[in-house]
Order: sequence, then structure tokens, then C-alpha cells
Amino acid sequence: MLGLNKKDTTLFWIVAAMSLLAPFILNPFPEGSSLAQMFNAGYPDLMQRFVIFGILVIGFNILFGLTGYLSFGHAAFLGIGSYSAVWMFKLVGMNVIPAILLAMIVSGVFALLIGYVSLRRSGIYFSILTLAIAQMCYNLAYSVLGNPASSYNLTNGETGLQLSLDDARIFGESVTADGALPVTNFFGLAMRSSYKMDVGGWLFTFNAGYYFSAIIMLISFYVSIRIFRSPFGMMLRAVKSNQQRMNYTGLNTRPYILAAFVISGIYAGLAGGLLSSMDPLAGAERMHWTASGEIVIMAILGGVGTLVGPVIGAGFNEYFKNILSKINDSVLHDWLAFMPDGIENLMVGFLHYFVGKGWHLTLGIMFMLVIIFLPGGLVEGGQRIAKKFGRKKKSDETSTTPAE
Amino acid sequence: MDAIILQILNGLDKGSAYALIALGLTLIFGTLGVVNFAHGALFMIGAFCAVTLKKILTLSYITEDPTQTDFLGKPLKVATPYVQSWFGESTGAALIDWAVPLAILFSIPIMIGIGFIMERGLIKHFYKRPHADQILVTFGLAIVLQELIKTFYGANPIPTPAPEVFRGSYDFGVILGFEANAIIYPYWRMVYFAFSAVIIGAVFAFLQFTTFGMVVRAGMADRETVGLLGINIDKRFTIMFGIAAAVAGLAGVMYAPINSPNYHMGMDFLVLSFVVVVVGGMGSLPGAVLAGFMLGILEAFASMNQIKAIIPGIDQIIIYLVAIIIILTRPRGLMGKKGVMEE
Repeated sequence: MLGLNKKDTTLFWIVAAMSLLAPFILNPFPEGSSLAQMFNAGYPDLMQRFVIFGILVIGFNILFGLTGYLSFGHAAFLGIGSYSAVWMFKLVGMNVIPAILLAMIVSGVFALLIGYVSLRRSGIYFSILTLAIAQMCYNLAYSVLGNPASSYNLTNGETGLQLSLDDARIFGESVTADGALPVTNFFGLAMRSSYKMDVGGWLFTFNAGYYFSAIIMLISFYVSIRIFRSPFGMMLRAVKSNQQRMNYTGLNTRPYILAAFVISGIYAGLAGGLLSSMDPLAGAERMHWTASGEIVIMAILGGVGTLVGPVIGAGFNEYFKNILSKINDSVLHDWLAFMPDGIENLMVGFLHYFVGKGWHLTLGIMFMLVIIFLPGGLVEGGQRIAKKFGRKKKSDETSTTPAE
Repeated sequence: MDAIILQILNGLDKGSAYALIALGLTLIFGTLGVVNFAHGALFMIGAFCAVTLKKILTLSYITEDPTQTDFLGKPLKVATPYVQSWFGESTGAALIDWAVPLAILFSIPIMIGIGFIMERGLIKHFYKRPHADQILVTFGLAIVLQELIKTFYGANPIPTPAPEVFRGSYDFGVILGFEANAIIYPYWRMVYFAFSAVIIGAVFAFLQFTTFGMVVRAGMADRETVGLLGINIDKRFTIMFGIAAAVAGLAGVMYAPINSPNYHMGMDFLVLSFVVVVVGGMGSLPGAVLAGFMLGILEAFASMNQIKAIIPGIDQIIIYLVAIIIILTRPRGLMGKKGVMEE
């Protein structure tokens, strides 16, 4: 279908079905139950983050997964995209399409410039250069360009760039009839509007913004499959396996890598634009280098160089971040109530450091374990398990885990 | 003129910290070929060694003093640190006052131990893996260390003052013939600079004048040949990793009075230290030191008001700009050698 081979088509449809049915899948427990509070993730804000970070990591994977160039400054493009989109909302109007387009264009231009500079070196140098440039962007956004007193206040510094009632909005209204800020919309369909469906005890929320982002995510996913299967993708893989040999054959690899860098920058800008479309507020902390690190973590968790890895990694990271930060001591006491009191208190005291505010620690440990034992990420883990089962039952050759 | 001297002095203390961290990074990189993203965390752990020693020294027991009363009229509770009751009041107070310098002794075994465990327990298994994996695993380790410190010490900076003697500032201008108060420089920063000069000198002397250092230098130049000569180079490189960790830790211990330690101070320094290493030339020890001081001083100059008036915000980006220009014009850095980490 659409130029995809059979395996990729199946993969694409699985991802499409998962993302379109997400409000059902992520809400497995009836509304109001204690399990629902903990494990249900089917509310719009979180679902939007799933797909938007999915886009971001899909883009990152085109660079890191195919060429092996580890960029440690990808969050800069996310931030640039967010700022551009909010500026579009401030100056032009609340339709998300122009905002997203501008976000993609601006971040693409930045990616071209940054890539041109940093791709002169490879390996560690490239990582450090991208890190330095992204940190420079962050500092600029945070201090100089964000100083409300100066005449070039592009980012509004610490407060973050947000809409205000006296913005121009040439093709829209500065203030709605009842004196509120207008909301972001897609030709009239407000991004935050949701349709709620009550089935038995379950409450499913269908959010316009989520479906908008999910469809864009599916398009990005499709494009990334096409890139992976194209001659261009083959070229990038060749760069990863042996760039020197490519150069000896008389081929200049740099334009190819630069193209990959720009494409992944545009993906990140698109994700930034979408983040701003869902909530028109952009802050400099989105560009901080720990944010770049988190992108890398998501990509590695899922599986670098695989097609679905990024989507899985982004979802996994966001979901566990959400759950872990919700667990507190009383929840732990509830769960461990079956143990003798002394052991229960000990366990809670120990686990206390890994949940709630300590979720960073858990994610850090998980990340290290994945790198040490499972360099291919969760996808490779799935493949290994599938292989084991495949060996036991020889009839079941086709593994459900997509290869590559 | 006085403004220029002041900025050079201001740059020296930050430059010393950059130089020490970059020196450790370069040692690890030159010997083991690993880019250690956890090096900033080592710097931070050093600073928290000072915090910990201070806490241990001020462990107190509480007694009630019947001669004094608090505002409710009850006998006043007086906390007496154990060290004061053990060593006498004045010696005990002096010990607490000198907690930061004492932490140097306290931190060296800890840092070397951490370095050993890191290298033998984790990094050893990553020599044959791609560079990206090495970067990522040390990055993960940095997150874990940082979060561990955060769970035990909280997220707020912990003020750790220098000994009483070194508080306050010295008026440099008077010696050099400027009017009073033109060049004022805190004592502790002078101490920091002198200390880092001693450490840097010691590391260089160790590499240059001892047999051990000679073998290590040979190993840096050609690991395989040294190994073929029957020398256990891996063991020596592990020791060098411990030394590099100790250098970063000492830089952190002494930095605690300048900047109250918090859990992300290491990460903040790490990015800049990488830039320093790249500017100095990957694998070049003198390059790292030179670039550290140079960039520290440049940063101080860029934060002068006269310069900020011409180019606003230059103080925030000067280091990165210099790094980009240097990498584009001299890809090997200031003092990088040909053939060392060209990739």
C-alpha cells in the first residue's frame, strides 16, 4: 500500500490502530476506581504528549538511527519550533496550520545552519558541538533574547512566551467576544475541545488536539518508513557502517548527512509547533540540554535504528514518568499491605526513593540497564523473546515484533 | 587598566575549575579513550564531600543550660558538637571552621574509590562498544549519581563557608598603585587558584618524572606496544581513572565555598568543560589547562558592562562562540596532536 511492502504496511496499520484507538486502550479501568487513578493514561494532555514526543523521537531516529551521528542538542529545535508557533499565534491568528508550518521552516533553517557547522566533525566532536550550540541557544533564549526590558525580547525568558490580550493577530481576533484569549483551532475546530463517551463505568475522552497530533504522527511515521526504505536511507546506513570507505569511493557523504540532520530538525520543530498548538506557551527549559538527553533516552529505550522503536520509547518514557510520579507512600502501603508490618515499612522506605519525586532516578537506572544489557532497546528485547518462543514452537515462525 | 586586571583575576577562579575538570576529562580520554559524561557528577560529589564532612563535624548532642532561658522561660537547649567535647572547645570550633580544607583529605580516598568502582564495574565493559554507547552509559550514570545526591541532600544549595581566615577580600589595587577599592578580590578565590595550580603541577610532575607516569604516557601514545612489552597497562589506566576522579573531586571540594553545592552543579560545569577540552585539543593535557584558563578569563571579560553594552548577552555565549570558531578553523583544537582522535 502506498509504496510500502507487506510487512511495513502491517506495521503501519498496527501503529495507526493503536494511536487512533488510544483513548480506549489507555483507559482499561473503569472511571473512579483506584486502579484508574493510577494506571489510566487516557486523558488528552498525556495522550498528546505520547504522539508529539513520538514525532520528535521518530525524527531523531532518522539522524541517530540511520547515520549513527549522536546529536546531543536536539531539544534546541523543539524549543525553536515552539517559539515560532507561539509567535504565529500572537501575530497572525489562532489557526494551527500556519503555526506548524512556520515552526517547521524556522527549525529547518536553524538545522541547516547548525548542521553545516557541526557536521564538519564526526563522532564525539559532533556530539559535543551540537551540545554546545544547543546550550548556546538555550542561554540566548533564557537571557538576552528573553529580557522583557530589551528591544529584542523574542522569548520572554523565564516566564516563557505566552499569548496576551493585546497581541495583533491580523487574521483573527485579539480578544474573543467575552474578553478571553482565543483558543488554538484547526479551521474552527478548537484543539482543546473533547467529546466524552460514557460506556458503563468507563469514560472515554476523544480530544480534537490528540487526533490532530496523532494523524500528523502517522504521516511522519509513514514518511520515516519511506525514508528508511529509500536509496537515500541506504546511503545513510552506509555512512553508519563505514564512512571512510564511502569517502574512498569518491562520494561526498556530507550532503546526505546534512539532509538527514535537517529532516530530523524539521521533525523536532514540528513536534515543538504541535506542543505549542496544544498549549500556547513556550519556555526556554524545553531547550535545556537535559531535555536533549531525554530525547536520546527515549530513542534508546525504544530501540535505535528500528522503525517503531521511537514510538514505543516515547510512549514508554512518558507513561512511566506519569505513573511513577503519581505513586506516593500511601499508595505503596496499600500495595504492600500483604507483607508483615516491619518488612512493609522497610520496603516502603526503600521504594520511596524511586517513586514520586524520585522518578528521575528510576528512569536513569532503567536507561543504564537498557544500554548495558539491551543496546537495541525494547524492540530488541521483544525480538529476543519472540525468538525464544519461535524456537520452542517451530510452526509459529512469524514474530509479532516487527523486525527493523 | 584596573578593570582589565580585575577581570583577569575574576576569570582565574572559574578558569581553574574548568582547567581541573578538563584535565581529568583529558586524562580519562587520553588513557582509556572514553568520553566521560559522568565527570561533572564527580565534581559535584567532591563538593558534597565537603558538605558531608561539615555535617559530620557538626553532629551535636543537646544539653539544657539552666543558667540561660529561652523566650518561653524554659532552660535553653544548647547544641554542642561532639568534636568540641572531644578535642576541647577551641580545637573543636577550629575543626568545624576548617571543614572545607579538611575535606580534601576526606575526599581523596572516597573519590579514588568511586573512580575505581566506576572503571572496573562499568566503563571497563564499554571499551569495545561504540563511542555513542560510552557517552550514553556515562550520561545515564551521571543522572543516577545526581538523583542519588538529590534524594539524600535535597534540591536546595547547601551553603558551605570557607574558614574564617579566608573570608573577606583583599585589596589588590593598593599594591599595584591604584586607588583603594579598585581591585578587590576574595581571599578564597586566591586560595582556589593556588590550589588548582598545585594540583595541575602535581599531575604533570607525576606523569613527567615518575616511572609510573612514563609508562602511562607511553600507553597513551601506543597502548598495544606497551602491552606487548609485558606491562599491565590496563591496571595503570585504572589507577589513572582514579586519579582523574580525585582531581575532579578536589576541584569540587574547594569550589564549595565559592558556589553553594547543589545537585546539578556538575552538569552545569560539564558542558563547559567539554567545550574546554575540545578547544584545548582532545587528548592534550597542556591544551586542556590552557584552554580552561583562557575561556574562564574570556568569560569574565565578556561579562564586563562596557562590553555587554556593545554586544548584549555576549557573556552567555562567548565560550560557545569561541569553541565553534576554533573547531572550524583548527579542527584539532589549540594543542591537539595529529592522529589523536581525528574522528
